[in-house]
Amino acid sequence: MGVFVMPSLGADMEAGKLVEWLVKPGDTVHRGDVVAVVETQKGAIEIEVFEEGTVTELLAELGRELPVGTPLAIVLADGEAASEARPAAAPGPAHAAPEPLTKPELPQVREPRQAIEPPKAPAAPMRRAPGALRASPAARQLAEKLGVDVASLTGSGPGGAILLADVEHAAPGQSEAKASPMEEMRKAIAAAMTRAKRTIPHFYISETIDVDPAISFLEKVNADRPPAERILLGALFVRAATRAAIKSPVMNGHYLDERGFVPSEGVNPGVAIALRGGGLVAPALMNAGAMTLEETMAGMRDLVARARAGRLRASEMTQGTITVSSLGESGAEAMTGVIFPPQVALIGLGAPHLRPWVVAGEIIPRHVVTVTVSADHRVSDGRQVARFIAAFENAIQTPEEQ
Amino acid sequence: MTSTDYKSIFLEELVRVAPDIEAADIGDDDHIQDDLDLDSMDVLNLVTALHERLGIDIPERDYPEISTVNRAEAYLSRRGS
Repeated sequence: MGVFVMPSLGADMEAGKLVEWLVKPGDTVHRGDVVAVVETQKGAIEIEVFEEGTVTELLAELGRELPVGTPLAIVLADGEAASEARPAAAPGPAHAAPEPLTKPELPQVREPRQAIEPPKAPAAPMRRAPGALRASPAARQLAEKLGVDVASLTGSGPGGAILLADVEHAAPGQSEAKASPMEEMRKAIAAAMTRAKRTIPHFYISETIDVDPAISFLEKVNADRPPAERILLGALFVRAATRAAIKSPVMNGHYLDERGFVPSEGVNPGVAIALRGGGLVAPALMNAGAMTLEETMAGMRDLVARARAGRLRASEMTQGTITVSSLGESGAEAMTGVIFPPQVALIGLGAPHLRPWVVAGEIIPRHVVTVTVSADHRVSDGRQVARFIAAFENAIQTPEEQ
Repeated sequence: MTSTDYKSIFLEELVRVAPDIEAADIGDDDHIQDDLDLDSMDVLNLVTALHERLGIDIPERDYPEISTVNRAEAYLSRRGS
């Protein structure tokens, strides 16, 4: 039994707009099925359900901005009675969902229990403690301006604190001009990157790697393949990062405020994709650890196509365990990136450049790529990152073992 | 097929792999990567689409031949005939 709630698709998400149902009452759903589409600052995201059962009721209307944790639908397991699952009357953010089926923003961690924990506040808003009225200064100011009684509101912030958005919701018709999708995307990036630089003590280690063996390997492989089966250098990079992450658990996981570092069992590399006109997304290639080079490439093609079309999934937006960001096949030679929280490492790759290189005592022209790993010093140290880079370099130089 | 047909097919497939670009905004001499910001994955998707639609398999060494609409029109007409 459970109530399917508006999931949190990132630490800074407070609300999302439900724009499409892909199921109707009576439909059977399975773990991982896409059931709805939610519009967020990062575009339209497909939301998955994480239990088996039958959808008995859709609770939320389309087109409304709903706080994280709002009940959206009821899903019953086989043989269950409907009355057990109905949330308290007047469903709303004030009522914590009994058993959220939507996976909160947590990695696949070692303890399986973790995966079904309800979302942390503000994902599951709490009732306000009596007497203690907490509201942000901005929320108080806006409430005064709009004539909203702060005491009459239920906060959706940590510990029930009243946020700016709560005041806005309480004052319909007063809403300010809506920002464009591009401005929204910019705001989401600003929030994530500011949080990263404020909370993560970054350090950086670089190495320049000869990629000629990898380039000639790909030329040889691709010469005999139709376009649909060709492999790009970018896929080799993601595969190498995945192989290195398997060997370096300390680089692969999430840092959570309340628990510290939680290594992930699987490797879900986030692949940074630049969007034309500005902005970027870094959806995760789920379970890349078990993929061949060909599967990695196919998965990346699919991710890029869906990122351009605005159809990424919630799991891909929240369950990345390490990020790979590449400047592409032409461009600048190095990049020192910002870690995407709650992850603890990012691999920045410059474009290949032709440089004089020493190979077996001779100076010869070679294509080289500078790899710079940004790492979280709360979790790892220089020696571990250097070892990760060595494993990455080894994977790049032995592409046939992919 | 005339060279105009190849040009319109190329443009159709280009805006399909890059849905955020308007066909009307694409200049005949715009470089698909430097001016239109296609990345290497987009270029490969374009090459794949042209292969499926026209049966013309563009090898990697020929990618520069389709780097602008004008070049692609000439190249596809040559390969298709």
